[in-house]
Amino acid sequence: MAESEFAQFKERFDYLSERQTADHLAVNCPAEKLVELCIVLREDFGYDLLVDLTAVDWDAQSPRFTGMYHLLSTTKHEYLRIAADCLDDIKPSLPSLCEVFAAANWHERETYDLMGIHYDGHPDLRRILMWDEYPYHPLRKDFPLAGIEVPLPADDVAEATGAAVLPAPMMGGPFVSSADGPMSQTEPSARDESWTEQEEKPTD
Amino acid sequence: MATTTKEISIGDLGARSGEHETELQGETMALNVGPSHPTTHGVLRLKMELDGDVVKRCDPVLGYLHRGDEKIAENMTYNQFVPYTDRLDYLAPLANNVAYAMAVEKLANLEVPERCEAIRVLCCELARVSSHLLGVGVYGMDAGAWTVFMYTFTEREKLYTLFEELTGARFTTSYTRIGGVARDIPDGWLGRVLEFCKGVLPVLDQVDKLLTRNRIFMDRTVGIGAISKEDAIAYGLTGPNLRASGLSLDLRKDKPYLGYEKFDFEVPVGTTGDCYDRYLMRAEEIRQSVSIIRQCIDQFPEGSYYAEDAKKIFAPQKAKVLTSMEELIQNFMIVTEGPQIPAGEVYFEAENPKGALGFFIVSKGGGVPYRLKIRGPSFCNLSILDKLIPGHYLTDITVILGSLDFVMGECDR
Repeated sequence: MAESEFAQFKERFDYLSERQTADHLAVNCPAEKLVELCIVLREDFGYDLLVDLTAVDWDAQSPRFTGMYHLLSTTKHEYLRIAADCLDDIKPSLPSLCEVFAAANWHERETYDLMGIHYDGHPDLRRILMWDEYPYHPLRKDFPLAGIEVPLPADDVAEATGAAVLPAPMMGGPFVSSADGPMSQTEPSARDESWTEQEEKPTD
Repeated sequence: MATTTKEISIGDLGARSGEHETELQGETMALNVGPSHPTTHGVLRLKMELDGDVVKRCDPVLGYLHRGDEKIAENMTYNQFVPYTDRLDYLAPLANNVAYAMAVEKLANLEVPERCEAIRVLCCELARVSSHLLGVGVYGMDAGAWTVFMYTFTEREKLYTLFEELTGARFTTSYTRIGGVARDIPDGWLGRVLEFCKGVLPVLDQVDKLLTRNRIFMDRTVGIGAISKEDAIAYGLTGPNLRASGLSLDLRKDKPYLGYEKFDFEVPVGTTGDCYDRYLMRAEEIRQSVSIIRQCIDQFPEGSYYAEDAKKIFAPQKAKVLTSMEELIQNFMIVTEGPQIPAGEVYFEAENPKGALGFFIVSKGGGVPYRLKIRGPSFCNLSILDKLIPGHYLTDITVILGSLDFVMGECDR
């Protein structure tokens, strides 16, 4: 099924390449063709439900960020994954799909919030889960699990009490050992030692 | 008898609107509901702009329950994350456990035995019954029908006793492991589930009598908050909210997992997609779930409750760990390094009570996911609010929110 469908895609869109996947059909798409591709997929191939939109941070690799889209056809009941690399590693951006799928609106706000990917053409690209003044993008790999101290969102409370949002105490876990390397080095240890003490805060 | 009249001055602008009718035209008022408000079923906040009684604009504010589950998942082994899935849709923790375990197993290309599948089907359906019982109950309460809640909550309480017997916990069940479940079902438990099924159907009839043709309930829900099929698809709605709008999309039927294709059940589909339809969906889904539970128990398979060939994934039996060297090492490896899952990308969705709960997992091999994205159905279902609410009366907001049956735990993650 997946192979014949991919051949069909290939015929129509020469810029697509097949992507390694453990389940349903997955394709790589250049970012600039994404909107065009999604419109055709919705209109001609029946992929009308955008079930999920997110991104992956590949840390040291380049391209560092890849946008991941999952479409579901409500008629054929087939999933399709589209991966689109962000060309710029420092200021990653992707075209917004809000015009094609209304569902993309909140998903893109979330990905912008947590991953720091800018969606060009999004009507209202604000943070959605973190508060508006929050300075970091916490799902990036260089952001520590414990968090980083930031000012309290409520100025008046902060002024009166001197309170701030502090990193979570990491004593006691989570304890994880890495899967590769000799046993002597893979002792379970608290994985995230808040890098505020050892390294400087990254300049945004 | 002499009567006196007294003039009362009311500070409320709305109450004096008669006096200043012309002046009030075009003036709007900002109203903030939540984040801590009984009608928002959690910590959802709505910033609204009112023109008299009519909502002109609605801006939902989320994130009050954001715990960074996805970040946490990247820092622990696959099994360690199971308790976190309890707290996604905390009204159906068992269904979340199952969906998560299945996503990881799909990545590992691991098949669980039939008995394990049957146990999981029971888990999912009991969770659905429990979630919908509460959903229908509090929805009635939102619309002013208190009694229904009392009936359904009593039934849910019985279910929680069953959950406790099965998993050891009433609320935070953490029942599944990658490759199986934590323990086999207790003796006589299936019989007690059947007893519950017998008891819940009359209660559903009661609820039916109390709500379905209730004049007040119908006045408050029929034609209110109608979502067209096109809108429902565009906004990525799933579950009963999508089906109420007239699209029959149920992953149990259309993308069968856990052997759902073996069971005979109907998928209720609505016509108008209004608040009343969404109530009908849930009420009927409880009956269908009860039917699935009965069919499942009827032919409950023998065998193992975990995948026995998954030596690097499912921890060995405790008795063996204490007596056999090989199992001891195996147990140590799984506990310290986590279940060994191959590299790859996988997306799996399960039909949960609130909609499709999806997990997108990127693995680079080993016991810890590289990236885990949770697709919470409530998040997507709520994204339609800023389109759905404007144009409705303020009093309808309560009913619309109740009809969407969302949980902030999986919305904010």
